[in-house]
Amino acid sequence: MVRRPGGVIGVAMVGLLVGVGLIGPTVAPRDPFAIDGPSLASPSGTYPFGTDPLGRDVWSGVLHGARTSLLVAVTVALLVLAVGTAVGMAAGYRAGWVDDILMRITEFAQVLPRFFLAIVVIALFGPGLDRLIVVLGLTSWPLLARVVRAELLSLREREFVEAARADGAGTMRIVVRELLPNALAPALVVLGLVVAQVLLIEASLAFLGLGDPNAVSWGYLANQGQRVLRVAWWPAVFPGLAIVIAVLGCNLVADALNDALGARR
Amino acid sequence: MTRRYVLIRLAQVPLTCAGIVLVGFLLVHLAPGDPVLALAGDSGDAEYYARVRADFGLDEPFLVQLATYAGNLVGGDLGTSYTQGRPALDVIAERLPATLLLTSTALVLSTVVGIGLGVAAASRAHGARDLALGAASLGLYAAPVFLVGQLAILGLALGLGWFPVQGMTTARSGATGLAGFGDVVHHLALPALVLASQEIAAITRLTRTGLLEELGRDHIRTARAKGVSERAVLIRHALRRALLPVTTVIGGRVGHLVAGTIVVEAVFGWPGIGRLLVSSVQARDMPIILGVFLLIALAVVVANLLTDLTYAWLDPRIRYR
Repeated sequence: MVRRPGGVIGVAMVGLLVGVGLIGPTVAPRDPFAIDGPSLASPSGTYPFGTDPLGRDVWSGVLHGARTSLLVAVTVALLVLAVGTAVGMAAGYRAGWVDDILMRITEFAQVLPRFFLAIVVIALFGPGLDRLIVVLGLTSWPLLARVVRAELLSLREREFVEAARADGAGTMRIVVRELLPNALAPALVVLGLVVAQVLLIEASLAFLGLGDPNAVSWGYLANQGQRVLRVAWWPAVFPGLAIVIAVLGCNLVADALNDALGARR
Repeated sequence: MTRRYVLIRLAQVPLTCAGIVLVGFLLVHLAPGDPVLALAGDSGDAEYYARVRADFGLDEPFLVQLATYAGNLVGGDLGTSYTQGRPALDVIAERLPATLLLTSTALVLSTVVGIGLGVAAASRAHGARDLALGAASLGLYAAPVFLVGQLAILGLALGLGWFPVQGMTTARSGATGLAGFGDVVHHLALPALVLASQEIAAITRLTRTGLLEELGRDHIRTARAKGVSERAVLIRHALRRALLPVTTVIGGRVGHLVAGTIVVEAVFGWPGIGRLLVSSVQARDMPIILGVFLLIALAVVVANLLTDLTYAWLDPRIRYR
């Protein structure tokens, strides 16, 4: 997977997101909310990404924003992995009416407009990262469930499963020990693409001013930059580019993983 | 296309709609506080609250409330916007044309440009043009729509001065007829292109992949052996079948595009439902927010239905499992 240039760049970008997300806030030179610099200073040695109209350091904001994106990406990914795998496993191995019902639910979850559902939740429950994570996690699993189900359906009748069954292995053991490891790689491909979309949705909501008011996020910074776009490009463009790196990284890793899987088959 | 498939697919639509209404209804009831405050705002008087309670059947048992709510919706009653004191449906309907204009322009633009660029990329696969298009579409696909919009404003509107920065019409120009139409088109071009950009990237990749797959097939070799020109091979023989996968994603693209519209409207000051939605969330005007959610969900359901039926018509092998 890392032998392809796209894969290497993707891994580096995702690594950057994880690294900055973990240590960014501790190494940031200033408090991203502190109003202490000159207004709209252009990028320089002191302010690598310039300052916004209130004199806040955009570089420190971008470093802090990485943690918000990382937090959303990881927690939503875990939720999607848990729900998607469980639904896909049950549907693919049980088949019959269980499969039918689960697939109808999956189709339903797939047509729900996630972005607008998140807006309804924010309007009713107030803005906050926790509810955003829950609503995005509980609506983003259908694709993963479908992929896991399809893998299980095709693997179910294979010889190594027969062998395990003849060996006296129970259903649970066959699914968890024999089938899931094989379904994991295609599931991770989908997960990479889903996380990329979730990062974009979170950024868009924050850009609209509907994000968590207590967390610095790239979308929030881009929104602040939008207001002064006529006089300064840096408060909007740097946070926007940070999003591109994170999202492109997820997409590239997923693509490279998919190519590697195709080559293996 | 089998009749059984069409019938089953049609029968799913009311069920899906009922599910969507149920999700909205449950959320209102799960939210902290009295649902009447969510539905009528917290600045009304006792008399107004009593009327909203009666309208929504809030003192009735849960299932009766749900039935009342669903009945209201079927009758086109989304409740009353309490910031504007008018039916929410009227408020939304006023803003809908601007959004529809933007979204449909972007849908057409992304389909035409995306397929065109996909053909351009596949006609010389792995050439310089193909690589450049591939890199551009990867980048565009990963860029948040607001960044694309801001860069477009910085470069094409503020920098080169080709397009206006904000709005749908020139303020105080009062232009009508052809001049007015031209003015709207001039304002529409940039936001529509920005909204379409991510979809253009997706369609370009999809068309290119489909074309390359088709070009490797036997009937293409036969056509080439018969002396059909390379251009005709590409357009007439390969493209027709390569477009099948492009059709299947239209339903999903509508959902994507509408979400993107909300952001693009904020970037360009476009007077559609996006800005209405954002200001309604700030004012917690629930009838409007729920109304927009239900309308968008309905649009996505219909778009998916049309996509599935078109696909089944194009490829008669589709059956319901």
